[in-house]
Amino acid sequence: MKIMVTVKQVPDTSGKVAVNEDGTLNRASMQTIINPDDLNAVEEALSLKDEYGCKVVAFTMGPMQAEPMLRELLAMGVDETVLISGREFGGSDTYATSQIIAAAIDTYGIDDDDIIIAGRQAIDGDTAQVGPQIAEKLHLPQVTYAGEVKKDGNTLTIKRMLEDGYMTVKVNTPCMITCIKELNDPRYMNFRGTIECWDKPLTIMDYNALKDHELIDATTIGLKGSPTNIYKSFAPPVKEPGMILEGSGKETTDKLAHILTGKHII
Amino acid sequence: MAYNSADIAAFKNVWVFCEQRQGKMMPTTFELISEGRKLADELGVELCGILLGDDVDGIAAELGGYGADKVYVYNSPLLKHYTTDAYTKVIVDAVEEFKPEIMIYGASHIGRDLAPRCAARLHTGLCADCTHLDVDLNGYVEFLRTGSNVDVDNTNFETKMFDVNTNLKMTRPAFGGHLMATIVCPRFRPAMATVRPGVMKRRPFDEEGVKKVEIVHPDFELTEADVKTEVVEVVKAAKKLVDLIGAEYIVSVGRGIAKDVEGGIALAEELADVLGGVVGASRAVVDAGWMTADHQVGQTGKTVHPKVYIALGISGAIQHKAGMQESEYIIAVNKDENAPMFEIANYGIVGDLFKVVPLLIQSIKDAKAEA
Amino acid sequence: MILDKKHAMQQKLFRQFAETEFTKELQEELDTTGAFNWDIHNKMAKYGFMGVKIPVEYGGAGGDYLSYVVMNEELARQDLVLSIYANTSNSLGGGPLLLAGSEEQKKEYLPPVARGEKILVFGLTEPGAGSDAGGTTTTAIPDGDDFIINGRKCFISGAPMADWIIIFAKTDLSQKGSRGISMFIVDMHLPGVSLGADEKKMGIKGYPTSDVVFEDVRVGKECLIGPLNKGFQYAMRTLDGGRLGVAAMSVGVAQCALDEAVKYAKERKQFGRRIADFQGISFMIAEMAADVEAARQMTYHAAELKDANDPEAGVACSKAKFFAAEAANRCAYKAVQIHGGYGYIQEYKVERLYRDARILSIFEGTTQIQQLVIANSLLK
Repeated sequence: MKIMVTVKQVPDTSGKVAVNEDGTLNRASMQTIINPDDLNAVEEALSLKDEYGCKVVAFTMGPMQAEPMLRELLAMGVDETVLISGREFGGSDTYATSQIIAAAIDTYGIDDDDIIIAGRQAIDGDTAQVGPQIAEKLHLPQVTYAGEVKKDGNTLTIKRMLEDGYMTVKVNTPCMITCIKELNDPRYMNFRGTIECWDKPLTIMDYNALKDHELIDATTIGLKGSPTNIYKSFAPPVKEPGMILEGSGKETTDKLAHILTGKHII
Repeated sequence: MAYNSADIAAFKNVWVFCEQRQGKMMPTTFELISEGRKLADELGVELCGILLGDDVDGIAAELGGYGADKVYVYNSPLLKHYTTDAYTKVIVDAVEEFKPEIMIYGASHIGRDLAPRCAARLHTGLCADCTHLDVDLNGYVEFLRTGSNVDVDNTNFETKMFDVNTNLKMTRPAFGGHLMATIVCPRFRPAMATVRPGVMKRRPFDEEGVKKVEIVHPDFELTEADVKTEVVEVVKAAKKLVDLIGAEYIVSVGRGIAKDVEGGIALAEELADVLGGVVGASRAVVDAGWMTADHQVGQTGKTVHPKVYIALGISGAIQHKAGMQESEYIIAVNKDENAPMFEIANYGIVGDLFKVVPLLIQSIKDAKAEA
Repeated sequence: MILDKKHAMQQKLFRQFAETEFTKELQEELDTTGAFNWDIHNKMAKYGFMGVKIPVEYGGAGGDYLSYVVMNEELARQDLVLSIYANTSNSLGGGPLLLAGSEEQKKEYLPPVARGEKILVFGLTEPGAGSDAGGTTTTAIPDGDDFIINGRKCFISGAPMADWIIIFAKTDLSQKGSRGISMFIVDMHLPGVSLGADEKKMGIKGYPTSDVVFEDVRVGKECLIGPLNKGFQYAMRTLDGGRLGVAAMSVGVAQCALDEAVKYAKERKQFGRRIADFQGISFMIAEMAADVEAARQMTYHAAELKDANDPEAGVACSKAKFFAAEAANRCAYKAVQIHGGYGYIQEYKVERLYRDARILSIFEGTTQIQQLVIANSLLK
């Protein structure tokens, strides 16, 4: 049994985000972090490891600069990491990305009692598409929006959250789960892990390592293999500043109330 | 590799996935049908709903009232509750059979599970969580004129890559709302999108449409062996969730209530009562456990466009603004005169919400009595 | 110096942990009640903080002095008293065993301490022997294979929670001053061991401190650590490492003072503009920033010397402790000054910071003792 987790390094969109003149994102101005939902996926994998003593392998696709993130995962307790990196993979949309990650996971090997866990969505794209699409490409069942996971042998019972409640779903391994932040509280790195992580395995899978896989061909990966393209990107409009009323006493609130009734807003 | 989805000329019509839960149509479906009608008109094609469930014929015709020409209904006990496997199989088979050129889903927890799976199997593109859709280029340009910082009169919208007048242009926020991107899917069909609930406007209901809509029951194959997951139970949340999306007036609270959480929420509720509205919250408030997640407005919460949005003690992080900046009128009360919320507010009062709100409640009562 | 990848990662860990876990509520609870918080102790233990500097073979993580310094700085930057929670086992508690303990002693005592399951504290100071630690009057008189301990240790940080205490006691009454002193590890639950009342301190509340009284406490010879009658040098060498830890805490406190001052100076408006725009304020901020950086570089440098077993390391620790502790007090003073009246009330963090900072130039060798050490190294 092993658990494979997919993670992504993303710009930290919670802070200040600079947009270039041409409407693209000024990535240089931003810190990178581990995608928050992916940390929940890692935590779920590590707590299953705590319980069952299984191996946890983290996969990410990105530039070589993703290595420090993978070291941090190793310091949290992940056993092995795989960095899928290559120029040929650049510009991939969710479909193409899923093909590549699915090929990497398949190349690594999926056993009957394995579980793949992904975060619900990444904060840069917010698509929530890569997890299900990896599952589709691997012909695995999926349960998304997992809010609780219980394991009994090779059967998982998952509380799948809905906007208006939840459904309880049973699924057998191997399978894909995507999890929401309510699933757990991610752990920190362990201090001992910060010393040991440098000697743990970090494998690079480049185009050559994956090119013979059936999912990989020039028509399905990278910019050219992506079914979707960006037509335009732009910043949302800046609204004209409104009116700040003088003071904060009763005369001010009276004035506001009269404006609102006067304009039939209320 | 050759994909059926690449034979663009073979695809026609606009489809909407009509999500139902426990036999009840999800309200977002009506928004999508309304938007789908616009797209179908721009292309001069039919608008079709695809409805899956167990004995759901009774809710199909209502879709005609919002503009559907035809509804494909698939009934089976295996479709009673949503499962990824069953729904994906039926939809993929239907798409292969009827070949729609555009297909949209609500970006609900079900739509966002289903659509990527279908897109991957069909080998086509999918754009997540869209907030604006256009086929017509002029409509898109007009949207950018008011909805972006793009200098539309000095921008070239033509491209050799595809026909800009017939391809669906799918616009969505990215990077936490800091950036907007318009996505196209020019080489494969159907072009698919999930659409953020609450964003598209519902059309006025037309009784004539209900009479005209054609209900179709195509043959399909689905067996238990197709479904790898088992739904043990479906539980609706016991508590009535707040309906932010349909609200005309929303009074939201932020971190500013920290010094007296209960008092702050009570004030917001009272103000909302006077206006006939509901109470929302910023992410900070929900994360702190002061209010439940159904109250959350913003990038990770709900997108709202009420008539009036009153932000109490909300600084106005871009993630929050992404969920409420389309409100018709925004009123901000904040101690910090530099709070970014004031930048988008129509009216602002700088002051302590615990002092200002009781006065405002009284002033509104007085003004309403006078009016 | 620029931290290498490993230490930068450790800095990130400690910072994330402290920023998230050392909540305002927790800090205020500690300051108000003065009680030890086991939940946060256990959480820090779970992440390996108690054993940062204890070698792997004794259940620790095997980090170096630089790791230890980075930890103390980052934890103290959020809350000084909570940095003390993780400091003791890595410093005065574990130090003597590592320096002089036998293999059996290290194997017995260090692993539970490194895991945070047991608390080991350090008892050197006596009512009449503070800076003059050689004035120890506690006695441990040989009795067959045992020793009988009598005496009183005071200001013992962590004594109320402790399972074991390292103490220094006179074993040869004929020898004068610092000679004839031996080091013991004593089980706090033995008959004859009792605690004084918790001290009511100015700051660092939440890590109780009290006297420990020994009345005819019988311990076996296996509790003797290191050679008989030659324990005092280990006290001094333990304090070297402890000084480095306090220097690092001081850097954290100074940085916190700077952080708070900068934030407030940008927010607060007087005469129609930010007070940061007044030169009187901005100069104070500049002085603080320079103090913080100088203190940090001296502390990191001393840690590097310790890690390299450099003979200058001891004096470097004293220099760092002297400078950083005073810098922390200067910074805390200025932070309160910049806050004006608000700095004097408990609603703002700098009020506590000012009280907390005061201990830094007192414990583990006062500023004046550090000055003596530094001067003696030059003038001998």
